[in-house]
Amino acid sequence: MSEINELYQQVILDHNKNPRNFGIIDDATNTAEGHNPLCGDQIDVYAKVESGKILEIKFKGAGCAISKASASIMTTLIVGKTVAEAKGLFDDFINIVTADLSDKCDTLELGKLAVFCGVREYPARVKCASLAWHTMMKAIQKSELDDAPVSTEDMEITI
Amino acid sequence: MHTKVIKSIDVESVRKQFPILDIMVHKKPLVYLDNAATTQKPLAVIDSMDKFYREYNSNIHRGVHKLSHLSTSQYEKSRQTIQGFIKAAEPEEIIFTKGATEAINLVAYSYGLMNLGKDDEILISHMEHHANIVPWQILCQKTGAVLKVIPINDDGELIMDEFYKLLSPKTKIVSIVHISNTLGTINPVKEIIDAAHSVDAVVLIDAAQSVHHASINVQALNPDFLVFSGHKVYGPTGIGVLYGKRAILESMPPYQTGGDMIKSVSFEKTIFNDLPNKFEAGTTNIAGAIGLAAAIEFIDSHGIENIAIHEANLLNYATEKLSQIEQLKIIGTATKKSAVISFVLDCAHPHDIGTLLDLEGVAVRTGQHCTEPLMKRFGIPATTRASFAVYNTYEEIDVLYNSILKVIKLFS
Repeated sequence: MSEINELYQQVILDHNKNPRNFGIIDDATNTAEGHNPLCGDQIDVYAKVESGKILEIKFKGAGCAISKASASIMTTLIVGKTVAEAKGLFDDFINIVTADLSDKCDTLELGKLAVFCGVREYPARVKCASLAWHTMMKAIQKSELDDAPVSTEDMEITI
Repeated sequence: MHTKVIKSIDVESVRKQFPILDIMVHKKPLVYLDNAATTQKPLAVIDSMDKFYREYNSNIHRGVHKLSHLSTSQYEKSRQTIQGFIKAAEPEEIIFTKGATEAINLVAYSYGLMNLGKDDEILISHMEHHANIVPWQILCQKTGAVLKVIPINDDGELIMDEFYKLLSPKTKIVSIVHISNTLGTINPVKEIIDAAHSVDAVVLIDAAQSVHHASINVQALNPDFLVFSGHKVYGPTGIGVLYGKRAILESMPPYQTGGDMIKSVSFEKTIFNDLPNKFEAGTTNIAGAIGLAAAIEFIDSHGIENIAIHEANLLNYATEKLSQIEQLKIIGTATKKSAVISFVLDCAHPHDIGTLLDLEGVAVRTGQHCTEPLMKRFGIPATTRASFAVYNTYEEIDVLYNSILKVIKLFS
C-alpha cells in the first residue's frame, strides 16, 4: 500500500472528508468557475479581496478526492495572503505537481504543499490537483487586471 | 445440417496467445478489465501484421509486381473474411474505414446529405456513444432535419413504447447502438429494424460493442448499415468496417475523393470507381485490414458462441460478487446485458477508484465513457467500468472485488 499512501496521504483523505472553507461567500468580490470536462469535476472559487489582500476564500463543487482536497488545502494556504503571494504559491504548486522536486519534497521545504509531491507520479491526476489552483488564479487575477468593480460574471476554466 | 458444438473456453491456453497479459503493473500481475475501450491483441494478429511488413509490404490495387499482387490478394481476402464473419451477401458490401466513428460519419455525410431535408427526423437513443450522436447533430444543422431521442428506463433499457411513438413517416434514419458501451444493455435491434423499415427509414446499427460478443448475420438482421471497429474485436487500431446494402451504397456519393476510388480522371471529369473502392480513397490501412482478418479468425477458432458463454459466466459471477458490496451501486441493470459492469461507490469518486485499482494492477475505465447524456440521465458525474473479454478469469474478478474493498476501507 506504500504507493497508495504517496498519493492518498492522510492529509488528503482528511481534507476530502472534511473540506475546509467549503461553501459560498455571498458578498465575494472575486469569483471564478473551474471545470474539467474530461471527468466532470467542478470547482467554483469565491474570494473577498481588498487592497490586494485575500481576506476570505471559499470553494464549492464536486470532484474526486484529489481535486477536493487540493481545493481545501489551497484555501487554507491562500487566506490572508496578498495577491502576489498567492501567485507565488500557485507557481510553487504547479512546479510540485509537474516538475521533479523530489529533493524539496524530502526536506519538507515545501510545507503543506509537500502532500502533493506524490501527484506527479500520476500524470492523469495532475489536472485533478491543479483545477482549484487555476480557478483561484483566475478569480484573483480578475480584479488585478482591470481593477474595476468586481464582476460576478462566471468564468470557465478548461485545463 | 451444420451443428454448433458448444465447448467451454480453455482460458489458460487462450491467455498464452496474448503476450501483454504476462506483464506486471505496479509490481502486480495485470488484470485487464478495460475491454470495452479496447481489447488486447493475440499473437495471430501481431504476427500477421509483422509478416506483412517484413515479407510483402507494398501498395494495393496498383502494381504489377509480385509483392503488390500478394498484398492486394491478402487485403481482399481480409474483406472476404469479414464478409463471412457478419454473413454479408457480397464482399463489396464491406467498406474498410479507420473505425466505427468514421463509418458513421461516412453514412451521415454521404447518405445523409443526399437524402435528408428540412423537418425530416433522425432517431437515436439516450444511450448512444458520442460517435453516434455528434455526426447526426451536424447533419441536422446542415439539412434542417431534427434529432429525436428514444428515452431509457432506470435499468438502462430502451422504452420501446416511446420508440414507437417517435417513429413516423418523417423518420428517415434510425441509428442505434446494439450493445451499450457504458451499461452493457443489449438492445432489441431486430424489432427496431423491422419497425423502422415499416416507415421506410434506413437503419444503422452501431455494433462496436457487439460484433465480437454475439453472432451477427446481417442478412437475417437486415440493417441497412452496420459499423464496428477492429481494435475492440482483438484487432489493430485504425481499422474498422462499414457494412452497407449494395443498392444503398451504390446510390451514395463518395465520402472522400482521391486515388484508388476513381476509374478515370481528367481535368474536366472524374468517373468514380465501383464498390467497395468508391469509399476507400487513398492508400488504406492494409496492415490493419490483414490484422483484423486475423482477429476474426482468432474469434472463429474459439467459436463466438463459446466466447459469449464464457463472458456471460464472467458477467454473472462479477454481478453477484459486486452486488455483495453494500456501498456499491451498479449502473445498468438491463435484463439482457453484455459483459460490462458500470458502478459507483458512495464514498469514492470514479477517478480515485481508477487510480487505486490501477495500483493493484487492475485496469478499468473511469469517466463518462463518451456517453455524457447518459451520465446526466442517471444523475452521476462518471462511473467506473469493468468490461470482460475471452481471456478474463474468475480469479481476476476476485482481484477486482478485493481491490474495491480496499478502496472503501481507505475512504471510510
